[in-house]
Amino acid sequence: MTAATVNGSGTAPGTLRRLSTYLYLRPRLVLMLLLVPPLLWLGVIYLGSLFALLAQSFFYVDDFSGLTVYEPTLRTYAELFRAANITIILRTVMMAGVVTLISAAIAFPLAYYMARYAGVRAKAFFYLAVMLPLWSNYLVRVYAWKLILAKEGALTWIFDKIHMSWLIDGMLALPVVGGPSLSSSYIGTCVVFVYIWLPFMVLPIQAALERVPRSLLEASADLGAKPAETFRKVIVPLSIPGIAAGSIFTFSLTLGDYIIPNLVGSSRPFIGMVVYAQQGTAGNLPLAAAFAMVPVIVMAGYLALAKRFGAFDAL
Amino acid sequence: MTDATSTAVSFRQVSRHYGDVRAADNLTFDIADGEFFSMLGPSGSGKTTCLRLIAGFEQPTSGDVFIHGKLMTGVPPYDRDVNTVFQDYALFPHMTIGDNVAYGPMIRGVPREERQRRAEEMLSMVALGGLGGRKPSQLSGGQRQRVALARALINQPSVLLLDEPLGALDLKLREQMQVELKSIQRRVGITFIYVTHDQGEALSMSDRVAVFNKGCIEQIGSPTEIYEHPATTFVAGFVGISNILSGPVAATIQGAPRAFSIRPEKITMAFEGDAAPPSGSCAVRGTIDSLLYLGAATRFNVALNDGGELTVIEQNRAGGNRSVSATQGRPVILWWERGHMQAMADSAAGS
Repeated sequence: MTAATVNGSGTAPGTLRRLSTYLYLRPRLVLMLLLVPPLLWLGVIYLGSLFALLAQSFFYVDDFSGLTVYEPTLRTYAELFRAANITIILRTVMMAGVVTLISAAIAFPLAYYMARYAGVRAKAFFYLAVMLPLWSNYLVRVYAWKLILAKEGALTWIFDKIHMSWLIDGMLALPVVGGPSLSSSYIGTCVVFVYIWLPFMVLPIQAALERVPRSLLEASADLGAKPAETFRKVIVPLSIPGIAAGSIFTFSLTLGDYIIPNLVGSSRPFIGMVVYAQQGTAGNLPLAAAFAMVPVIVMAGYLALAKRFGAFDAL
Repeated sequence: MTDATSTAVSFRQVSRHYGDVRAADNLTFDIADGEFFSMLGPSGSGKTTCLRLIAGFEQPTSGDVFIHGKLMTGVPPYDRDVNTVFQDYALFPHMTIGDNVAYGPMIRGVPREERQRRAEEMLSMVALGGLGGRKPSQLSGGQRQRVALARALINQPSVLLLDEPLGALDLKLREQMQVELKSIQRRVGITFIYVTHDQGEALSMSDRVAVFNKGCIEQIGSPTEIYEHPATTFVAGFVGISNILSGPVAATIQGAPRAFSIRPEKITMAFEGDAAPPSGSCAVRGTIDSLLYLGAATRFNVALNDGGELTVIEQNRAGGNRSVSATQGRPVILWWERGHMQAMADSAAGS
């Protein structure tokens, strides 16, 4: 007992105290100790596997033997440009774009209300409401939506009860996006995507709007701007970093997801499903890797475009 | 109604309540056209609420606000001929300095070239010519303050509202900006309504000062009136050093039982036996309790023999000749001219 207290705070400096002093006087050493584990993780495991993937995509599978040939070549990438594969890529990118636009349209008013008008309790409620779906299992939620959207599902039933089934029928009759039921159409896939990724759009926009001080809106009004002008000239430009951050989530998550289009939708393949199939059952690891590179390239292009349009100027 | 040609802003029985809090309580006053008018008071005294009522960010709970004779009830900020310099400057972070200043003309549909030229003119006026291409984050606090001023003046409002605009600046810069603000006001000739809690700022710049306390106005007058003839104990205490005597001491000195104030620099102090007060002046005896060396002056706290305490400020003409050890606890005699005493009413806001 006594020995321990003497060690901790007594006259003779204890080992711990000496260590503290040693580290306090060497902030760079502390920084290094803190950064080594995450840098190792990022550098070796994360970037390393990404580069392994990249390398893999430059090999090809021999059509006759079915074996991977370890010679650098672009023929696997050339395969991506076959009409069927281009269709898959376009389908996925367009779905990601539509999901992002709808998410932004739904998230913005919600985030605006949370940031500007909600009191402490209302804000807590909305935070919880937005985050709550993230607490439950992803698969369970997607399956739940499959049931809701199914032909005999809850949604059809409700719309039937309120004599609005013509609306669902009308939507399903649309070319391309329609289908036999909501759960087997692009509309259904899109609804589930939006539902699953919405929190990732709401929170960044809300954070961006929260950072806009009230005085900026007052200054705009003071200088003669009507509310609509203040919205266009001040609120929207200042929320764009938030929208950009949110869209990076919704866009990239949609690009890579393989579970939702597998369970809900027209069963036409998306990039994620192809990657899953190629590296699994088909055993064509190079093609899977090449497909996996597509979202990376699309995202790089997307970020460059966002930067070009000044999405990060207000950061 | 008030005379529209000479009155910039009038308040008529204006109240603004937030629940039980009376931020502004039945205020009636006029601000003349072209005047530098300060609203002085501690935080929460209602001065900023008054400013926001003029700007249109708040609507009165009851009563009427007029700007140049026009009733402002229900008129939004964007339809009022007033502009504001905000306490935090409120510069748009996503725009350049030039675009910030040109924001008002842009909203009014002034063509790009014309508004850029005018913004550059305004920036030159506040000594920031050529900096129009920078972003607000690249400027210092003092420079941002000038940009905010240029932005608020470019629309040539009839009234300029300033909400503690110098609060965030350091002392030297603040003094420099005080001089500049005053000279800009003279040049542009528009009404400045200036909110501050700094009595020095209010006294040095204003034509008239309104002292606020608990949503009420304690006194409106010229800086000299406010300082030399404070109407209430609150004003005497808030503006300058509080030197208020009340009760039996006050009665002995004045011959009448009411509170009075005396400014510390009006008091002459001598060690007991060194000098005698001239006949006809008020004199009182005490001992030096403590002193503060202020550089240009020394501030003495004197405990009076009849009870109570007075602060005396003495210029250090002869250097620091009255050191702590030599003066502490020494008996002194204080005197002042009878006319410098100011009889006090209690605070208008009550207590």
